[in-house]
Amino acid sequence: MSAIFTVTMPKWGLSMQEGKVNLWLKEVGDKIEPGEEILEVESEKISGAVEAATAGVLRRQVAQADEVLPVGALLGVIADKDVDDALIDDLIARFQAEFVPPSADDADSGPQTQTVKVGDIEVRYLKLGEDAAGKEPLLLIHGFGGDLNNWLFNHAPLSESRAVYALDLPGHGSTTKVTGINSLDGLAEVVVGFMDAIGLECAHLAGHSMGGGVSLAVAKRAPNKVKSLSLIASAGLGSEINGAYIDGFVSAASRNALKPVLAQLYSDESLVTRSMIDDMLKFKRLEGVDSALATLAGGLFAGGRQTAQLAAAAAGKPTLVIWGENDRVIPSSHATAIPGATVKVMPGQGHMVQLEAAGEVNKLIGEFIG
Amino acid sequence: MARKITYQQAINEALDQEMTRDPSVIVMGEDVAGGAGSPGEDDAWGGVLGVTKGLYAKHPGRVMDTPISESGYIGAAVGAACNGLRPVAELMFIDFMGVCFDQIFNQAAKFRYMFGGKAKTPVVIRAMYGAGFRAAAQHSQCLYNMFTHVPGLKVVVPSNPYDAKGLLIQSIRDNDPVIFLEHKALYTMEGDVPAESYIVPFGEAAVVQEGDDVTIVAIGRMVNYAKDAAASLRKKGVSCEIIDPRTTSPLDTDTILESVERTGRLVVVDESNPRCSMASDISGFIAQEAFGALKAPIQMVTAPHVPVPFAASLEDLYIPSPARIEEAVMKVKEYR
Repeated sequence: MSAIFTVTMPKWGLSMQEGKVNLWLKEVGDKIEPGEEILEVESEKISGAVEAATAGVLRRQVAQADEVLPVGALLGVIADKDVDDALIDDLIARFQAEFVPPSADDADSGPQTQTVKVGDIEVRYLKLGEDAAGKEPLLLIHGFGGDLNNWLFNHAPLSESRAVYALDLPGHGSTTKVTGINSLDGLAEVVVGFMDAIGLECAHLAGHSMGGGVSLAVAKRAPNKVKSLSLIASAGLGSEINGAYIDGFVSAASRNALKPVLAQLYSDESLVTRSMIDDMLKFKRLEGVDSALATLAGGLFAGGRQTAQLAAAAAGKPTLVIWGENDRVIPSSHATAIPGATVKVMPGQGHMVQLEAAGEVNKLIGEFIG
Repeated sequence: MARKITYQQAINEALDQEMTRDPSVIVMGEDVAGGAGSPGEDDAWGGVLGVTKGLYAKHPGRVMDTPISESGYIGAAVGAACNGLRPVAELMFIDFMGVCFDQIFNQAAKFRYMFGGKAKTPVVIRAMYGAGFRAAAQHSQCLYNMFTHVPGLKVVVPSNPYDAKGLLIQSIRDNDPVIFLEHKALYTMEGDVPAESYIVPFGEAAVVQEGDDVTIVAIGRMVNYAKDAAASLRKKGVSCEIIDPRTTSPLDTDTILESVERTGRLVVVDESNPRCSMASDISGFIAQEAFGALKAPIQMVTAPHVPVPFAASLEDLYIPSPARIEEAVMKVKEYR
């Protein structure tokens, strides 16, 4: 008998409790391949696509556009084209009868962020997935002004077969803000200390933007701790950078000032929602963040140029380079800086390619690290 | 790092962090130490509802109990502010402000203007406001509109723990007199609050939720009632945008205007009495500036023009409810 698969409301980030169905990207009767985008969902924070986990035919659109549903609610059904309609209706009826929406308390019982001390610095991180024999963990390192939520659409999917960690770098997220660090190597020192503190002997590193530069700096400083490098729109591979973006981000103190700055990160500017801007302002208004970002930017991007060139640090490491072709922060021409690396430049994409084309990026990284 | 604490704890934390950061910050008021002159009483009450608990022991000599003489100690706080301190004076209930209007309206609010910009008066006056506590007409009013009327004062009405902490820190650092108002019914409200210090700037409204059909502007505790109403309305297919001005002076008119120009419909929710209120002020502003965008007459949801009743059943009817907000939204939505 062919299996019937449910498509349910995803949970993007620890705080998501419900999502709104924006629109269906596939019609009933359409053939679906694994990883294909089926429908678009919007949470309080962000909108994104729900992807098929399996192949089959979209047999039912249970949720309608504009409906707001709790995490885990039934959105649609995928099955082979010859599966009996009655069986599908039966499964839907059973699902709906048994489905209990998660309560607000459940939000506290899922995976939680943790903290660990690295010297004087308290580092926040989130571990998803289980340690698996023969599969080194993956460590995700975000970019300038970001935090571990930059991996919202990547963290859980990549953790299906291994442990995946994401951390907040010094000066970012909920990690200690004022550290005086102003170099990629300074950040890398903390990342190495973090790996030691939680007992990570060796890991695959995936870094976005400045986090890519940090990954390279970790490979330079502690090559034995790095199994492979996945570098997304990475710093450290050329000297050009959009200095106006960096300055604008550091100085923006209001919604109106920040919005056009954040818009440069995305190919689809409508992703820059009010709640994304509000969250970023909340972060920027924390004591110490201003000076932490200014110190870091002053060291890394002095005069609108990248100061650290680290392509050589990838030597001997399996390396995957991913870039959005239309990146407005770091030009995609830097993608070819590492000889021998696997390079994927994605047409139409911007700087936040891991969020905007999460499915494809997850597939590339998943296949690359095995 | 964000964790959940109450509105009351958020206020306490803001005071504690600012007192730690800046030795010129002092706290004064009736029972704020809760055992004046008795060192070691660190478990003393800490204000009438315990908001300043623990500060007396942690910041020796900087938390002062005052006599029950509002006109005296508010005047002292204003004077101290003129002379280099940053006093945070707690006046218990906003209803008692009447006896110190001269100190506030005619002195503190005027110094910057009348001394040609050379004087600053960085005083914060905290007080509780609002009905729902069975405390009768003399302990239940929402008088933020009266202070909003006076140029030279800044008026803050946080609706949640995050804003309470950030706005109080901004109030203390501000160089003008600030009236910081806390709704009694919100003290137990929990919310995500970063442990670090941070500010929320004045004159920046929060868009609590985005929507397309109707703009609801709500003040203080009413923001939470507006959220309840909007959740219920969403099930009926009505999409509400909720704006929390956070400070009534300065007032972020841009955010309100921009929203109403898009939705064409406005409901203002204000727990105050309706005459010369924030509700009438915001309604008047929109009627003047966005008349062409309006698709329906503006609705005000307020208390009636009577003192707050002591009878519990009447007090419950007095306070604007989510049901009344919903009714007003439907009225503007269905207006033809």
